Amino acid sequence: MHDHDDDHEHAHGHDHDNHYSDMQARVKALETLLTEKGLIDPAAIDAIVETYETKVGPRNGAHVVAKAWSDPDFADWLKRDATAAIASLGYTGRQGEHMRAVFNTAETHNLVVCTLCSCYPWSVLGLPPVWYKAPAYRSRAVIDPRGVLAEFGLTLPEDKKVRVWDSTAELRYLVIPERPEGTDGMDEQALAGLVSRDAMIGTAVAGKPESLT
Amino acid sequence: MNGPHDLGGQMGFGPVAPEKDEPYFHAEWEKRALGITLSCGAFGAWTIDESRHARENIPPAAYLAASYYEIWIRGIDKLLERHGFATRAELLSGHAQQPGAVPKRVLKADMVPGVLAKGGPCDRPVKTAPRFVAGEGVKTKNFNPVTHTRLPRYARAKTGVVEAVQGAFVFPDDNAHGEGENPQWLYTVVFDGAELWGGDADPTLTVSIDAWESYLEPA
Repeated sequence: MHDHDDDHEHAHGHDHDNHYSDMQARVKALETLLTEKGLIDPAAIDAIVETYETKVGPRNGAHVVAKAWSDPDFADWLKRDATAAIASLGYTGRQGEHMRAVFNTAETHNLVVCTLCSCYPWSVLGLPPVWYKAPAYRSRAVIDPRGVLAEFGLTLPEDKKVRVWDSTAELRYLVIPERPEGTDGMDEQALAGLVSRDAMIGTAVAGKPESLT
Repeated sequence: MNGPHDLGGQMGFGPVAPEKDEPYFHAEWEKRALGITLSCGAFGAWTIDESRHARENIPPAAYLAASYYEIWIRGIDKLLERHGFATRAELLSGHAQQPGAVPKRVLKADMVPGVLAKGGPCDRPVKTAPRFVAGEGVKTKNFNPVTHTRLPRYARAKTGVVEAVQGAFVFPDDNAHGEGENPQWLYTVVFDGAELWGGDADPTLTVSIDAWESYLEPA
């Protein structure tokens, strides 16, 4: 039987791996209990996991960005009503109900954080990475964004304005990075290949076309 | 509440550590933790605001030591017990011992695509007109409720500008405590770095929050 006290840290010390195996047992016990009580369907859990492992991820957001780069009317729509514009590409649902698109420009770089929990636009980026949910990022993005960006290998020009969006409500922010130079002849699919998850959070910029070769 | 979750501006956590080609999950139990949390959310017994508050109430030392899915599991345990779906003894034993509360629905596999695609919109109609307009100066209130709030500590008693009126949304400070949705107008309010952090702030920095109307006063 595992320690199940919510309100006090385990008295015994243990290393990271042991901590994880504690959680393995604890979550297994919880799933067993809830299944016995008829409250959950393990097959539904499988379906949820499969959705976020294979169907809903940053490729959705990259498609949105590539279309915004290629189609000025779509970019306009995205500025005015991101929820509807993104839904027109088939990306809707949980943690994407109220979308806002924020456009990087020559003057301003946007960075998204949730200092209070882990709000993140699941419908276009999938599940957030560990660093996005961890205290180092959540604490520093609002006070020292350039320091944070440097840890991602991104150094902005000194005069570039940095705009940080703290997702304190149910609006979910998608950064539209600047379209890289030398991409004039590229179609949407090729452009999407330049758009990383981090570029849509604001901890990176879009890749250069030579990065594809 | 001024809980361990309210991290903006805190120091000492070290560098951000991005993992190259990070997998979606780092252990099998994380997959189950995600699925259990979403499945239990489908009961319709509690709101997203109550679930956030359950996580915020984890004592600071435990919260900061826990991985994110561990925080979720600690939160789900509390919610299951509070709403009568499981007793503490059952949670400890991992086996059913007695009947419990009956959920409004149980999420079955065939319902998953529809439920995830639908999500849970939080915008609501209100009869009042917004009190503030875009471009208007506002000051956030100084308060320290022991209950749930989405006004971070670093942005309290600060002067900023309304950048956008975003519509009316469920008010989490009430909704987290079963006091109803009580929707209010929501505003994107932008602050200069120096207003939040003083003279040493990055001069190019602005930070915005999304603030419910009752968080704000005219500047």
